[in-house]
Amino acid sequence: MPNSPMEKVAKATPEKVAKRIRGLSDRAIAWIFVAPSIFLLLAVNIFPLIWTIRLSFTNFRVNRPNKDVEWVGLRNYERILGDSDIWMTMQATAHFLLWTIVLQVLIGFFLAFLINKKFRGNDMWTTIIVFPMMLSPAVVGNFWTFLYQPQIGLFNYVVSFFTGADPASFSMIGDVHLAPWSIVIADTWMWTPFVMLICLAGLRSIPDSIYEAAECDRASKWRQFWTITIPMVLPFLMLAILFRGIENFKMFDLVVQLTGGGPGNITTLTSIDLKREAFEKWKTGYSSAYAVILFVTVFGLASIYVKALNKVKER
Amino acid sequence: MSYSVTEPSSRTKWFAGSMVILYAIITLLPLVWIIATGFKSPSDAIAYPPKVVFTPSLEGYVNLFTERTRVTPQMLEEAGEPTKWYDKIVHEQGAVISGKSRYGERFFNSVIIGFGSTLLCMILGTAAAYAFSRFRIPLKDDLLFFILSTRMMPPIAVSIPIFLMFRQLGLNDTHLGMILLYTAVNLSLSVWLLKGFIDEIPIEYEEAALIDGYTRFQAFYKVVLPQAATGIASTAIFCLIFAWNEYAFAVLLTSGTAQTAPPFIPTIIGVGGKDWPAVAAGATIFLVPVMVFTILLRKHLLRGITFGAVRK
Amino acid sequence: MKTKITLTAITLAAAASVQTAQADELTLCWAAWDPANALIELSKDFEEKSGHEMGFEFVPWPNFADRMLNELNSQGQLCDLMIGDSQWIGGGAENGHYVKLNSFFDANNITMDDFIPATVTGYSEWPKNTPNYWALPAFGDVVGWTYRKDWFARPELQKEFMDKHDRKLDVPNSLDELKDIAEFFQGRDIDGNTVYGAAIYTERGSEGITMGVTNALYNYGFEYENPEKPYEIEGFVNSEGAVKGLEFYKELYDNGTPPGSSNWYMGENIDAYKSGQVAMQMNFAFIWPGVEADPVVGGGNSGYFPNPAGPYGQFAQLGGQGISVVAYSEKQEAALEYIKWFAQPEVQAKWWELGGYSALKAVVEDPGFASSQPYAQTFLDSMAIVKDFWAEPAYAELLLAMQARMHNYVIAGNGSAKDALDSLVKDWTETFEDEGKL
Repeated sequence: MPNSPMEKVAKATPEKVAKRIRGLSDRAIAWIFVAPSIFLLLAVNIFPLIWTIRLSFTNFRVNRPNKDVEWVGLRNYERILGDSDIWMTMQATAHFLLWTIVLQVLIGFFLAFLINKKFRGNDMWTTIIVFPMMLSPAVVGNFWTFLYQPQIGLFNYVVSFFTGADPASFSMIGDVHLAPWSIVIADTWMWTPFVMLICLAGLRSIPDSIYEAAECDRASKWRQFWTITIPMVLPFLMLAILFRGIENFKMFDLVVQLTGGGPGNITTLTSIDLKREAFEKWKTGYSSAYAVILFVTVFGLASIYVKALNKVKER
Repeated sequence: MSYSVTEPSSRTKWFAGSMVILYAIITLLPLVWIIATGFKSPSDAIAYPPKVVFTPSLEGYVNLFTERTRVTPQMLEEAGEPTKWYDKIVHEQGAVISGKSRYGERFFNSVIIGFGSTLLCMILGTAAAYAFSRFRIPLKDDLLFFILSTRMMPPIAVSIPIFLMFRQLGLNDTHLGMILLYTAVNLSLSVWLLKGFIDEIPIEYEEAALIDGYTRFQAFYKVVLPQAATGIASTAIFCLIFAWNEYAFAVLLTSGTAQTAPPFIPTIIGVGGKDWPAVAAGATIFLVPVMVFTILLRKHLLRGITFGAVRK
Repeated sequence: MKTKITLTAITLAAAASVQTAQADELTLCWAAWDPANALIELSKDFEEKSGHEMGFEFVPWPNFADRMLNELNSQGQLCDLMIGDSQWIGGGAENGHYVKLNSFFDANNITMDDFIPATVTGYSEWPKNTPNYWALPAFGDVVGWTYRKDWFARPELQKEFMDKHDRKLDVPNSLDELKDIAEFFQGRDIDGNTVYGAAIYTERGSEGITMGVTNALYNYGFEYENPEKPYEIEGFVNSEGAVKGLEFYKELYDNGTPPGSSNWYMGENIDAYKSGQVAMQMNFAFIWPGVEADPVVGGGNSGYFPNPAGPYGQFAQLGGQGISVVAYSEKQEAALEYIKWFAQPEVQAKWWELGGYSALKAVVEDPGFASSQPYAQTFLDSMAIVKDFWAEPAYAELLLAMQARMHNYVIAGNGSAKDALDSLVKDWTETFEDEGKL
């Protein structure tokens, strides 16, 4: 087996290092160093996951301790995949995921680009911009309901100040068309700084010498931007997208506090729906199947993405 | 002074600076609004239309830290003249202080759980990251992706088994249980970040140390750890921000003893409805430690976020 | 059935030895709200008399059901006493979370005849209308209305309303009249502010819109089931009257409520009312002491009225809770002692004085009661017309379905009222089938 993962790893390790680290004591140290983490992850993440998978084939309900637990095979999965309401929540999640990432990447990158112009006091302003991200999402969601109140909140008055529209003429949370945007705006407000920080790190990692060389070749600023800046920042951006994507796929606290999933089911993201099934209806078996489907989805998407990311990095 | 092609012109700087400041002002508006609400009286907080200018009041902060009971005017009179300033504020609402609120406890829980899990996570994460960076470990890439994948699970998805398991082990609603849980959730991020940092540290340093007669372990904590300090600091910021603010697990797995502040703050109630000034005051105080922590470590923040992928 | 027998045995044993006092630390679980703070004050008397120490665990309303049912389902010992929501009683009884109180009541001369009948049925009985008691009525509550007396009294508004509707601007006698008033105030300029008609329940996340919309549904002809045949809901839940009632609620929402009031429950309605956005608000009675004490809307500026009648009759949504002993507690004796203390007429009278709505007849039928507070009579009238949501063990599923269907029609404006109720019948039937009730 010339292409086993072991071989690959061995090849990836520089010869000099490989020589150095052979020997029993090193191997022992390696295991001592890695084992606690792996053990903790197995205990707190993988074991519950396996348990969840097991439960997903049963009709178990935590709130009916006296009822017999039956194996129901794939029935939970069939019910979920055949339920049109769940596809609605998937759509809501996709909308949220797509637009938060697009907005955060655009604004975050632009901000980082500006900050990288090294104007005076840029350090201080960077720190200030980062503040929203340190708040608790549950508290943020809660306060944005307050800010979005057309009568007593700030948001509608600020919009009306800039556009002249009557503050009472629209309601961010109550309107079926605006509600999906209300959660996108709140999340973007909170997490754009995160994307900005990563982009900034990417921009700062580009050596000046590359631009200097380009300048010698008389490449225009515009050309430098597209041929140097963007490709060099891309791996960073993709990492930012990965982390934001994973986080927002799981989004629960901010939205549940902000809209409660309404109006109707317009902003009921999958995590909110899952919480209702698991902790309000107490359909443990059913919700376990639901959880497995979600996990497989995000795991699949992420592994494809990480492959792409590694390719970009190699270039 | 030599002319540099990469130094932006002063006009560019001026433009960039004003754009960033404009963004900062807009983005600070909600935050300032939260902080200001903490100093409003309950009726000013929900004033229609909203009040920008108001008489500052400490009612929110007093209400945050106390439990109050509304009493009849007669009982209020019997209670006598208030002696302390906070008694006075409460009496003006037609109530008496019946005890201190749970906020202090919840805040303290957050401190223990937040900083405790961050510390544990740094210890485990640094060790694992070092091993992944320096040693030949079978299935390394797969293990790394496995570690990352543990962050992909929605908390709700695993909370039922965790809930059942914790109850079996007696970890439900305990500080230790929450510290272990948050550590596990944060490990993926910290291993990924820290591995990048340690990759960056030239291996020659350790080799030199080994030749000088250090053991591998000594080389790790005498040579590698100081070099990785920046990375550890910035990783700690991210772990702390997460553990400090986590809501979903906290709301499902904690109740009386180990509940942290985030599930508590949005639900502080006053007379009848939600006590917005107290909620705002709670949020403001809760922001302070993590803000101070970040400002102190801000130099490391930027470097940290590179995930070690810096190419110089 | 076996568990029930054991539980009764425990109760008997507990009741017999209730006198052997031994200082315990009791934990009482309830929602975090105004009345809970009053209960702390009230309980000081119990601590003094019994020597037991009282601890309290109050969970805010939005998380109350999740957290406490979580506690009960996992057989936790956090709570010794539980003031659980009225709809939990079925699950509390059938899943063995609560201790049955019949023999304890008998042994201590506590009789349910002393309590307001609606609260006994609502908070204590399971199955409903049988003498099986799982709780002592602790806090009577019901949805009613608060209105701005000072605005209603303005001569120019009085005149304008008279010209338009040919009747006095006053407490509405029917839901239709209420809608007229709401629409009359909607968008009106009062003291330089644009004000709106009424704040009504529209919340999506927990139980808000259900607790609101039922006040219209009941009065237009909605029934939970065939009175002759339990769990037969087709034609009752989605009767012609029910459809009209739901349409009424949507019209009220569209034309008589403040913009942005799409996710409002108790707290938001209070905020809107106190800040002078609305002329009326729908809310549970527990808020009334707070309204009276408010510097702006209190002190005679507000009036109260029960939910007005509709074509089918006059009903109001029941709120409130009973106090139960948790079956998993190891301090059941002391917990029962607390209930015994709480049931005393003097304690109940003080409970009312502190802002707790006593359900004891001796308190509410006292000649001075109706005039003791401006809202006392409205509370009595409202308690006489209550109806409650399902109290089945599966109530949460029934509630979640109703939340989704009602919000989807009333707030999001999808489909028709008939569609919404038909879908609800489908959801509920499915739940009852799963439960083996059908």
